[in-house]
Amino acid sequence: MHIPDGFLSHGLNAVTFVVSAGACAYGVKKVNQKFGEKEVPLMGVTAAFVFAAQMLNFPVAGGTSGHFLGAVFSSVLLGPWAGLIIMTLVLVVQCLGFADGGLTALGSNIFNMGVVGALGGYTLFWFLYRLSGRSHKGFFVALAVASWFSIVLGATAAALELAISGTSPLVIALPAMAGIHAIIGVGEAIITTTAVSLILKTRPDLVSCFHKRIVPGGLAQEGGVS
Amino acid sequence: MKNQLKGFLWIGFGVSLLLALFLSPFASSSPDGLEKVAEHHGFAEKGERWTLWQYAPFRDYAIPGIENEKLATALAGLIGTAGIFMIAIGLGKVLRKTKSSRNI
Repeated sequence: MHIPDGFLSHGLNAVTFVVSAGACAYGVKKVNQKFGEKEVPLMGVTAAFVFAAQMLNFPVAGGTSGHFLGAVFSSVLLGPWAGLIIMTLVLVVQCLGFADGGLTALGSNIFNMGVVGALGGYTLFWFLYRLSGRSHKGFFVALAVASWFSIVLGATAAALELAISGTSPLVIALPAMAGIHAIIGVGEAIITTTAVSLILKTRPDLVSCFHKRIVPGGLAQEGGVS
Repeated sequence: MKNQLKGFLWIGFGVSLLLALFLSPFASSSPDGLEKVAEHHGFAEKGERWTLWQYAPFRDYAIPGIENEKLATALAGLIGTAGIFMIAIGLGKVLRKTKSSRNI
């Protein structure tokens, strides 16, 4: 889903850059208030895992491949703002180090995968998890559904950007992008739920939003995304 | 408690390095969702016309100069994973250190 240079208009890239930069600036502030000793190494490992897993393209229908995104995964472990920062870091390194995703499209890529993927995906997760009465089963259903939507909504945002830029009309880009990413999203849901369940079995305290109701004080309202 | 945390994190980092080293060379090389849509609907060439940033050291996830493609990908994955681990920890430390009040 990494958009290269040349697909999107400079005007649109400028707008998404400003929105993404603003979200990241606010994210830095939020992370700054929350991060303690424990979160720093966990952030390193999460970013490393997301980067490595994003290299592992799996085949989906019709000669197409997809790969793990990790936006909801990172957000569920460390909170949505840290999830946004991690996605941004991974995208910047992929762009500058590996020529994956265009430099002019960086703002759009951070918007699609960080703002929509991490913040949007986590908001949906949080809403569904609360709706389920914070049950164990509800946690995993919310996780799977939100992971799937993080991919499909990110792809939808990309399709809208392609249409706004005049690259591909929305009637073509939207069904094509949402359709193929609906399949890739299933892989995202499987990998996210598997990875989080493995962490919950060994170190449940590392999954920041799972123990929320037990943690006293300020952390309880941290899950809200305004 | 702290040792256990460290242990778990090292396992997570080790798993990430192993994924990058041993699985990335065998990942699907088919076009991804966006590339496929671009090819199918005739706008793929728009993305190949120019690139603003020309200095990416590991273009297409390969170390330049290594002829064996699988090895080039595996080593690029290893360097990227280790590099991003260190950058993220550095970033995390900066974000934590600038905290005005530590008594949260």
